[in-house]
Amino acid sequence: MALPKRQTDIGPPKYDQFIPPVIKKNYGKWKYHEVLSGGTMVHVAESGDKLYTVRVASPRILSTETIREICDMSEKYCDGYLRFTTRNNVEFLVSDQSKVDPLVAELKAKKYSVGGIGPRVSNVVHTQGWVHCHSACTDASGLVKAIMDDLYEYFTTKELPNKVRLAVACCVNMCGAVHCSDIAVVAVHRKVPTINHELVPKVCEIPTTVASCPTSAIRPNPKDKSVTINEDKCMYCGNCFTVCPPIDIHKPEEDGVAIVVGGKIGSLRTNPKFSKLAIPFFYNEPPRWPKVVAAIKNILEVYAKNARKHERVGEWIERIGWEDFFNLTGIEFTFQHIDDFTFARDTFRTSAAFKYSR
Amino acid sequence: MSGKYKTPMLDELEKGPWPSFVTEIKKAAKKSSMADDELGQLEKSYKTKRGYWKHGGIVGVLGYGGGVIGRYSSLPEEFPGIAQFHTVRINQTSGFFYTAKALKMICDIWDKYGSGLTNMHGSTGDLVLLGTTTENLEAIFAEYSSRGWDLGGSGSAMRTPSCCVGPGRCEWSCIDTLDITYALTQEFQDELHRPAFPYKFKIKTAGCAVDCVAAIARADLSIIGTWKGNIQIDQAEVKKYADSGMNINAEIIDMCPTECMSYDGKTLKINDVQCNRCMHCIAKMTKALRPGKEKGATLLVGSKAPIVVGSLLSWVIVPFIKVEAPYTELKTLIRSMIEWWDDTAKPRERIGEVLEIKGLRPFLEHIGVPPQPQQVKEPRKDPFFFWSESDFKK
Repeated sequence: MALPKRQTDIGPPKYDQFIPPVIKKNYGKWKYHEVLSGGTMVHVAESGDKLYTVRVASPRILSTETIREICDMSEKYCDGYLRFTTRNNVEFLVSDQSKVDPLVAELKAKKYSVGGIGPRVSNVVHTQGWVHCHSACTDASGLVKAIMDDLYEYFTTKELPNKVRLAVACCVNMCGAVHCSDIAVVAVHRKVPTINHELVPKVCEIPTTVASCPTSAIRPNPKDKSVTINEDKCMYCGNCFTVCPPIDIHKPEEDGVAIVVGGKIGSLRTNPKFSKLAIPFFYNEPPRWPKVVAAIKNILEVYAKNARKHERVGEWIERIGWEDFFNLTGIEFTFQHIDDFTFARDTFRTSAAFKYSR
Repeated sequence: MSGKYKTPMLDELEKGPWPSFVTEIKKAAKKSSMADDELGQLEKSYKTKRGYWKHGGIVGVLGYGGGVIGRYSSLPEEFPGIAQFHTVRINQTSGFFYTAKALKMICDIWDKYGSGLTNMHGSTGDLVLLGTTTENLEAIFAEYSSRGWDLGGSGSAMRTPSCCVGPGRCEWSCIDTLDITYALTQEFQDELHRPAFPYKFKIKTAGCAVDCVAAIARADLSIIGTWKGNIQIDQAEVKKYADSGMNINAEIIDMCPTECMSYDGKTLKINDVQCNRCMHCIAKMTKALRPGKEKGATLLVGSKAPIVVGSLLSWVIVPFIKVEAPYTELKTLIRSMIEWWDDTAKPRERIGEVLEIKGLRPFLEHIGVPPQPQQVKEPRKDPFFFWSESDFKK
């Protein structure tokens, strides 16, 4: 069958074709919203019109079969209008209030997870992992599934002092907002990569490979038409592997994940913050990474117990001090916690006023 | 087609209440041997604790340099269905709004030419189609583009811009994030499809400082809506919050970072010249408080993930700019920013890294923005500062 005629540089279709009439009518004229339950909210316009949103979790990897099922439900309850959130939740945009409860009932009957709105854990921003990425040193989807099975009630019903944003990155490239999340997992390598000197000259451009190293640990090795790596300088980022695959960064028995905490994006109350290291390493334990899951739950519950209302994880930690964060969570402080990279000197304590370890 | 592989480890991840990605792969595997081989290889990864994907390989569609990411299994004999398993990035709609009809069309084409697996959505924002062959790429592009859908960005190029829900469904949005994103995506079509930059360049637009699209952490250019003038107060609604049990002093007044608010049990007062527009009070009392009437945006530049010299958050460059269609001033400024970066950067250097090396001054001079205290947290501490000839002419 002949293919239709291709077009180039047309860009995406304009958004206004996909928004329901209630949005078209009240575009930019919303007055307020109310959270009705863990997974439903209503937006009220200046005109008095109302738009109900029902939010469900998604594993981000969706089959066309599931997308069609979601589409069918949106046709049944909200004239086919739906959207996705920046955290990969699905949102049904319902104009008719009488259809909200039946939609929620059908979603629950079909085992969809309704939740993620308000001071709760929303969906986990995450990366491809072993499912589809060349540089992954863990599986992001599997970690997310294991973590969220355990924290499930914090998505659907239970409230926290404020929202808690989780993320999982399957390597330090961090194709997600791991570096500014309340609690996040980042997979790390811990060993200097192994160089295949036979393949490097055939596959790699030496100057690009040398230039790829952020710590200048890579030098040309003219004898082998390859490169050498200064082991003292390498911090295992894997950037060289991306430009030169024969430099193999994978060491399955020594790769694993770290947990970072206290980041945020919004400017509410305090400035946006980077996440900082809480636990430097866990071995990969597929399929359910039980130690990682337990560690995250511990941090979340210590936060829930100790933080003031509206405090994000990072704000709570800054109020009590990092030394007390380690006290309360029982997490061991190690050499890895002391920064020795780009911004190190700004993190050393310059005052004798601090709290003791208990 | 499905069921070629025993997957005891992955089967564990079909248990429990959270939606399972394994179930999704199995659903696709009922119709696609590619998805079934993906399942088989993934089970092997779970056993051996390593991935089996090879990086890159240039593949794409005629006339474009991006939008498709080549992906190959490193075990093609063992898993022939995923010997080629490329990613196709479809440029999403502004705010991720869809109709069932449009999504079903996208699914129909993808079932015909690919694995039936997707990411809704990728980290940058694209609607990601996961797994097809080189041979099918032109057909996929013809099918989608003829129906009004184009490819997103990849490689050293303008990446697909994205935004929060904005005026579509949010009372706080100070700018039309959906329209700005659509307009900028159309403006930079050539830069998006034909990589010619030193490295990637991402634009994200958030309607306010809550920043639901993580613009400040994940975009080379972060456009964040804000306002000038007084926060609009509805005292009757303030009273309703108090009556319904909110401790306004503890939850609002005491948590204001600039201590510019007061509440005597009757009237809420804000000293607006001291307000830094952080959004806390507005977000917690959305019925009572609304942003000021003069709307615009702050432009910040430079954020990125850690590779390679550490994570960066974006820095304030333009404290306030009006952003209204057709966005001529904004577009001109962005082109000027990119021009400076393109002339200054080494390959694979993001604009934030170049700014750190070169300093803000040459950049600000190039784009024609004066130095302002809003651009820094504090002035320099050390007495080592440079003078230019132009500084002596005053």
